[in-house]
Parts: sequence; structure tokens; C-alpha cells
Amino acid sequence: MLGLLWLVPAIPFAGALWLAVVGPRLRERAVAVIGTGSIAAATIVSLLIGAQFLSSPPASGAYTQTLWTWVGVGTFQPGIAFYLDALSLVMVVVVTFVSFLIHLYSTEFMHGDEGYSRFFAYMNLFVASMVTLLLADNLLLLYLGWEGVGLCSYLLIGFWYKDTVNGIAGQKAFIVTRAGDTAMAVGLYLLFHNLGTLRIQDLMQAAHDHWAVGSPLAVAAGLLLLGGAVGKSAQLPLQTWLPDAMAGPTPTSALIHAATMVTAGVYLIARTHVVYELAPAAQFAVAMVGILTLLMAGCSALTQWDIKRVLAYSTISQIGYMFLALGVGAWGAAIFHFMTHAFFKALLFLASGIVIEALHHEHNIFRMGGLRKELPVAFWTFLAGGCALAGLPLITAGFYSKDLILWSTANSPIGGALLWVGGLIGVLFTSLYTFRLIFLVFFGDVKTPVSHRPGMTMGGPVMVLAALAIIGGFVKGSFETLMTTALPPFHEAGLGVSELVSSTVAGVAFALGLVVAWYIWVLHPALADQAVEFSGGRLLHRFWFSDWGMDWLYDRLLVRPLVWAATINKNDVIDSIYDGIAAVTTTFYRAASLTETGKLRWHAAWIAGGTVVTLAIVMLL
Amino acid sequence: MTLLLLILILLIGGVLAWAAARRSASAARWIALIAVLADFFITLNLWISKPAAGAGRWITEADWAWIPQIGVRFHLAVDGLSLLLLLLTFFLGVLSVLASWREITDAVGFFHLNLLWILAGIAGVFLAVDLFLFYFAWELMLVPMYFLIAIWGHEDRIYAAVKFFIFTQLSGLLMLIAILALFFVHHGATGVYTFEYEELLNTPMAPGAAMWMMLGFFIAFAVKLPVIVLHTWLPDAHTEAPTAGSVVLAGLLLKTGAYGMLRFVLPLFPDAAHAFAPVAMALGVAGILYGAFCAFGQTDLKRLVAYTSVSHLGFVLLGIFTWNSLALQGAVVTMICHGISTGALFIIAGAIQHRLHTREMGQMGGLWAVVPRLSGAALFFALASLGLPGLGDFVGEFLVLLGAYKQSILLSVLATVGVLFATFYALKLVQRAFQGQNTFNWSVPDLAPHEGLVMAVMIVALLWLGLYPRPVLTTFEPVVAQLEQLPAGR
Repeated sequence: MLGLLWLVPAIPFAGALWLAVVGPRLRERAVAVIGTGSIAAATIVSLLIGAQFLSSPPASGAYTQTLWTWVGVGTFQPGIAFYLDALSLVMVVVVTFVSFLIHLYSTEFMHGDEGYSRFFAYMNLFVASMVTLLLADNLLLLYLGWEGVGLCSYLLIGFWYKDTVNGIAGQKAFIVTRAGDTAMAVGLYLLFHNLGTLRIQDLMQAAHDHWAVGSPLAVAAGLLLLGGAVGKSAQLPLQTWLPDAMAGPTPTSALIHAATMVTAGVYLIARTHVVYELAPAAQFAVAMVGILTLLMAGCSALTQWDIKRVLAYSTISQIGYMFLALGVGAWGAAIFHFMTHAFFKALLFLASGIVIEALHHEHNIFRMGGLRKELPVAFWTFLAGGCALAGLPLITAGFYSKDLILWSTANSPIGGALLWVGGLIGVLFTSLYTFRLIFLVFFGDVKTPVSHRPGMTMGGPVMVLAALAIIGGFVKGSFETLMTTALPPFHEAGLGVSELVSSTVAGVAFALGLVVAWYIWVLHPALADQAVEFSGGRLLHRFWFSDWGMDWLYDRLLVRPLVWAATINKNDVIDSIYDGIAAVTTTFYRAASLTETGKLRWHAAWIAGGTVVTLAIVMLL
Repeated sequence: MTLLLLILILLIGGVLAWAAARRSASAARWIALIAVLADFFITLNLWISKPAAGAGRWITEADWAWIPQIGVRFHLAVDGLSLLLLLLTFFLGVLSVLASWREITDAVGFFHLNLLWILAGIAGVFLAVDLFLFYFAWELMLVPMYFLIAIWGHEDRIYAAVKFFIFTQLSGLLMLIAILALFFVHHGATGVYTFEYEELLNTPMAPGAAMWMMLGFFIAFAVKLPVIVLHTWLPDAHTEAPTAGSVVLAGLLLKTGAYGMLRFVLPLFPDAAHAFAPVAMALGVAGILYGAFCAFGQTDLKRLVAYTSVSHLGFVLLGIFTWNSLALQGAVVTMICHGISTGALFIIAGAIQHRLHTREMGQMGGLWAVVPRLSGAALFFALASLGLPGLGDFVGEFLVLLGAYKQSILLSVLATVGVLFATFYALKLVQRAFQGQNTFNWSVPDLAPHEGLVMAVMIVALLWLGLYPRPVLTTFEPVVAQLEQLPAGR
């Protein structure tokens, strides 16, 4: 059964290829069957493999399948090979299953779009790339999936290509993530040059054998890989692409944010955890990136008016929690939060898609309201997802995973009180912006009438995800046990904060956010506007709204100078050297040809003059 | 004998096509197609049947005395390197004939005579192992190419053709001087007059003389490659040439420069080349960055693609002078994949110009809705050009960068930034031409079946090279081993 592993990436690839070649000639229903069927098949295969892996785990705790040697030069022999352990298994199962629900939802959501088959071809390619990334046995194949995911995000964000804004957003996503990939590529050279392989398991072993804790090479490798991870996972300072990525169709956003792409960075760091354990400086950088990102994105989320942008910033913030977990050495907690996040974030996007479609593509939350009764399915599922995101204690999955991260932060030797408090403030912000969103969209007066209600293919997946967003947290115990077969266990040290204390404080932060949100956006709707009235508030609001001005900074510092210089240099300044030579030659030729007058006495005079000069030179020298 | 046949088929096929065109233009096209196809299959057969070189340097050779008084021989030979490049030559040759099928309607016979003679010249360059013969073939490429640009080119064709001719001719003269110098130095050392490659290989020479001769060869090849500063003939020539001309220029003529470095500069003057390597590597990296930067600034579709060649061939130069097995293998894979991906982009640019009568991207936009198949193909090759893993170009560039890291971390990092730059121009191309609104209301036919076939073949080739490049790597392996064994090899 494990031998079928290669089918998990191969089936979606085949689906993408099939749709790319013959898709435009197929009817919509056939496209839907191929597109969704391929992901369903991949999900079933991964579930079967998972069942066998759990019931009779391989002796070494992992299974490797090599298809062929990809590139072979000397000792550089990366293969097209897959590696399955508890880590990649969990990721693959979650990714394929959530992707399947998103595909199913899309069959109705994209109904009637002229690019229907193109959409499903890209989506299948997206899933295939992500699964390749997860299962890759070496970093080069991982890089293939990594770049493939970036490509698909570009294609899907710019899917409605007739609007130039979408195309630009897609380009931004590709270019910004590729900037991170540049660092990652250099990291690969470094690892291969110093450790002689790119096979992840051999690499980790070699790093362990050859590098001392804190060695400069390990730190450099850790930071370079982190560079790639912050790009893909939209963390500081490369997070600017993600809010713009909302230009794509809503199921795309669900796929990018929940199941694929943004969690790739988390996976990469977890996968190469040995490097980070050898490089405390790099690991601390991971934690710092996480905490700063989760706080900054939380502030930004609070000021957005576009429902999808609120969710986008919430994603950045939640991935920040995962980075924080990785940074403090709570590897399993990061992956646990990845799983619950995949459920509730996919749910939130899909439910918001229902809202947006019901209101004639209205994105502005201030023109929504009172949808609680109009769209009950969207409301109840969104509420479940929102509670999971904000971390409603004891009931929701998000609580269990985030709580684990907070507790680990408090008790980690790398973490400590400051990071813990930062994480708790993050909880407060999360609760604030989540309930601001819920109250504005679903409570109050109806501002835009509902024109369209979802069918079962859109409602069904949302309800399944809502159930998972609630119950997904109850597997915490067995999940942690499973993770210890692939990742090192968490080393407890530090403050000695008990789980009860940590949970209680987090619960209080959650409740505080809920109450404040209720007070501001339900009881006193004018209050928020007043806060923005005086100049300090307005400035802060604009600062947060524009993502702390980072987009502006990059635009002025990098984009505009480069575009300007390239435009100025369109005619290639180097060519002017040769134009100069040509001009000089022409000038001499013109000057020389002036002497060709055809008048005999001039020629005679030149000959005489030349003879005199020549004789003079000969005699004098 | 087979090797001579490869060249004769092209020379005779060209004349036949010319003669046949008086009766029917399509007969000329068919004759050209059959001639190049025949060469392709002969070479393919050679590759499949004799994949591994035996004890000697050559897989097969043919040798006749030509001007024995001064030691000139008509000596042709192939090893892994030339075999791969010959395959590329005839592969792209077939596609150039197909790409010209509709585009060329004037003087069809003379066009195919020129096209086939260029290919014959290129094949001669890859086959000749007598330096006199090599120089002869080198010049043989030049004249028909000049005609191709000057007669069937676009608006500024005469300017471009003259510029191309002056650059290559002048640099070729430097090589001729270097060849003669080597000829006399060898005579001085051994008392034998010979142009024979293998005999000249271990000529003892003073370091100063070696450096000058090496530079003579290097500059000739650097113009063709092109190395930055010497590259400015390229955008003009590529842009003004007809589609087949652009494909042959980008896909093959540039590769003769890289081939020359691998075949002559490194083995004939190992110490001088080794001393010069840091400069050459820096030039390669500068070319990668500057070429990509210039490409990003262009608004003419063909000019944009032309500048990408400067960037990609920078990787080849970097790879060659990095001089270890990873980088050398990468350079060769890049040469082959660049030939295919850039050739395909030129075919696409030609197809667009044939339909819209403009190359200006400002006049395009929204073509995806009009010509979806063509747009999809363009997207694919743009992605290959920006180095997407899974496609051939990635394998080559990654190997070069990985190898270069061992020599110079700084240059390798800078070149990796060049890969990021490639994203800028590739996405700009896709965005400007194919996405956005169809402002100018274009309504033109999509790819015809024969065009679709050409695209499909090239797509499959790039996927194959991207996912299973091993046949290419193993073919080139013995040559890499020889290069690494050189005294200065690293």
C-alpha cells in the first residue's frame, strides 16, 4: 500500500495536464469531474497510506520511494524520490483533504466562468506541487514543488487576467516569494558544498555530525532557509504580497491560505529542524519573526474594510504563531496549529465566499450587516470558524493548538515571559478583529439585500470544515504522540507556567477581545469612528491599514528606481560606445572626402606639400 | 564518412532547394525540410547507437589530407560535446524550416539555400578539429546569415546586418591571427607545421604568448556568445532577422561561441585560461544581471527576448570558467535548453508579428482571450526562461550556480539574484502581451496545426530535459573528465 505513494502527487499532475490539453473542449461538468475527481483520488490514496502507516508503521519510522535519479553529476545525485514520515503524512492528508473540499466548493462557485477548465487545471497543479513539496526526499525536489506552488499562486491570483490589477497582484506574489527563494537557493548551495548531499535525512545526519552548536555555517544555513520560508509563508519582511493575493477567486484564497503555499515555510523549518537546533541564533530569529509578524498583522487586520483582507492579515498573524512555535522548539505544536488552521481558515474563506457572492461581489464589511438570518449556513459556520480562529476556550480546535503554542513559549528556554506576553496580546487582537468582522457582517441592520443563496456543493464542504474546526482539537494527545516519531519532543524549561494558568490567561484575553468588540461595534458603533477622528488615531489607523507602510517603502526604495532605470536604459548605454566609434569614423571620412575636390592644382599642391614634409622628416631625423 | 555526409546533405540540399524554387516554392521548402530531417535522424542514430565513447577522444572521425604542404587536413570528429550540439543544430534546423513555411514568401529558394548553408557552417564548426578548417567553417556561417538578415529582415535590417557582420568579422580576424600564431609557435617548438587540434593541444609556450593567443580566441568567441560589452550587435540582429534567422542566431550561433571556449580556449591554453578565469566569471555574472536588466526595459517583444539571451549565456560563461564538473555540465545543459526555450520564444514572437504586424508590446494586451493556445505556449516558455524547476533551463542554471559556489560565493550569490531578475522580464512579457484588456480589438487566428506541432515538440523536449536530463549529462561526461584533467582543471 505504501508503494502507491507516488500516486499522491502524480494524480493531480495528471489531472492538471489532462485539463490543460483537452480542457477547453470539454463541458463544464466533465471538467468538474476530472478536476475534483483527481483530488478526491489523491485524498483517498493518502488516507489509505495513512491508515497503513498508522496501523503498521515502518521499522525506521519512515518510508522512502525512489522513482528515478533526476540529475546526476559526480556526487550530486538528487532523485525524484519521496519520503513519508509522520510529519509529511499529516501534512499530506490535511492538504489533500482540505483541497478536495475546496475543489468541490469551486465547482459551483466558478460555474459559468469562461476560464472554468483553466481554473481547475491551475488548482490541480497547485495541489500537485504542494504535495511534491511535502513528500520530497531531497531539497532540490522540495524546491521544485516550492517554485511550482509560487507559480500556481501567480496564475491563480491573476486568474481574471483582463483586469490588470489582478495580473499585477499575481506578479507581486511570484516576485516577492521568489526573492525569498533566492536566499533559499543559496542555502542549498551552502548545504551541498559543506555537507555533500541534498537528501534531507542524510543532510540532517551530516549536519549533526559535522557542525557544532552555534557554528557560523549552521547559522548561515538556518537564516538562508528562513529567507525562503518568510517569503512563502508571508512573514516579516516579505509579507506584503499576501493581502494583495486576495485579487484571485475566493476558493484560490482558501487554497493559498489554508492548505497550501503559506504553510510551506513552516514545513521547511520543521523538516530541517536539526539545522535550527544547531543554530540557536537562527532559531531565535524564527521566533522573533513570528512574534513581530503576529502582532503587526493583528493590528493591520483591525483596520481593514475588505472582508478578505481581514482574513488575509489573520492568516499572516496565525502563521506568525506557527513560526513562534518553531522558534521556541515546539515543533509538534506548530504542525498541530497548521492542521487546525487549515480547517478553520479554509472554512472562513469559503464562508466569506458565500457572503460575497450573495451580495453581488460586495467586499466592504461596512456595507454588510444583518446576514445572521439571511444566510444562516454562512453565519453558523463562519461563527464556528471565527471562534476557532480567536480561540474560544475548551470547545474549538484553534484554542487547543494556540494554547499549546502559548504554553510552550512560556516554558521554553528560547521563549520566556516577553514572548509569552506578546503571544497573549496577539490573542487579544485576534479576538478583537474576528468579532469586529462577525458583528459587522452578521449583526445589526441589513445594508445590502441578499440576491443569491448557496447550493449544497458550496454549503456541504463548509459544514464539514465547521465540524472539523470544532472537533479537530480533541485529538491533541494522540497527535503529539504521533509527531514525536518524526520531530524532537518539546524540552520544558523556564518559567514553569502550568497549562491551567496559560489556558486561563489566554481565555481571559479572548473574552476581553470579545467584550470590547461587542461594546464598540454593536453597542456604540460611532465609537470607532470617533477614535479615528483625532489626528493621532487617524495616523495610526492609516499606518496599520497600509501594512505599516512597508509596501510604500518597497515601492519607493526598490520597484520605482528599478523600473525607472530600466526604462531610461532602454537603448542600452553600452551601445553608445559603438555608436561613438561609428560617429568618429564617419566624421573622419567626411573630412577626408572634403579633400576630394577633383581640382588638379589642389592635388598638385597636396603632393608637393606632402613631399616637402616627408623630405623634412627624413632629413631632420 | 557519416560526418562528411552531414555537411554535404545540407550544402547539396540548399542548392537543390534553390533550383527547385524556380518551379515551385513548396518544393523548395520540402527539400529543405527533408535534408535537415535526414541530418537529424543520422545524428540521432549516432547518439543512440554509440552513447559511450571508447578509449579515444572521439566517438567517430573522418580524416583526409587537404593542403599537405602546410599541414592542413580535412579532419572531422565528434565527441559528446559536439554530438549534443549537432543534435540541437538539426533539431532547431527542422523547426526553423517549419517556422518559415508561411512567413517567407519572397525568394523562397535563395532563402533556403542560405538557411541550409548556415546550418552547414554551424555543423562544420562543431565537427572540425583542424583549426584551418574550423576557421573556414566559422566564416562560412557568417555570409549566409548576413543575407538572411539583410534580405528577409524587418525595418532596420541593413543596419543590423552590417553591424552583425562587422562585429563577427573583426573578432574572427583576431582568432585567425591567434591561430596563425599558435601554428608558428608550435612549429618553433616541434619543427612541425600543423593545424591539427590534437597535436596543438600540448604545445609548449611562454605564458605571455599563451595569454595573448588565448585572448585572441576568447574575444572571437566572446562576441558570438555574447559577453557583456561585446553584446550590442545581438539585440539588433535578433530583432531584425526573420524568425528562422532569430532561432538560428539565438539557438545555435551563440552556442558556437560557447563551444569554442570549451573546445579551444580551455584545452589549448589551460594556464592562461585559468589565470583569466576570475575575469571571465565576473563578466559572466555581469552579463546575467545586465542582460536581464536590459530585457526588463524593452517594449519590443523580440528585443526583450534577445536581451534574455545575453543573460542566459552569462550562465554559460560563468559555468565554463568555473571549470568544475557541476558547472561545466550545467553550462552545456543551459546551452541546449536555452536553444530550445529562446528559440520557441522567437517562434512565438514571429507568429505574433506575422498576425499583428507589430512587435510593440504596447500595441498588444489581452491576447489570451484571442489566441489561447499561442498564449499558453508563450507562458510555458517564459516560465522555462525564468528558470522554473521541472523545465530544462533550471537544471542547467542550478548546476552552474552550485558549481560556481565552490569557486566564488559572491559571484554565485549575485548570479542567483540574476535568476530573480529573470522573473521580472518573463512576467512583464506575459502581462503586457497576453493579459489585461484587448484594447486594440485584435481578432486573429490561433496557432495552426503545424505551428502547434512545433510548440508541442519543444514543450516535450524541455520537460524531458527538465525531469530526466541524464542522457545529456552522461553523453557530455567524458568531455568533462578531460577538461577536469587539464593541468589547471579544478
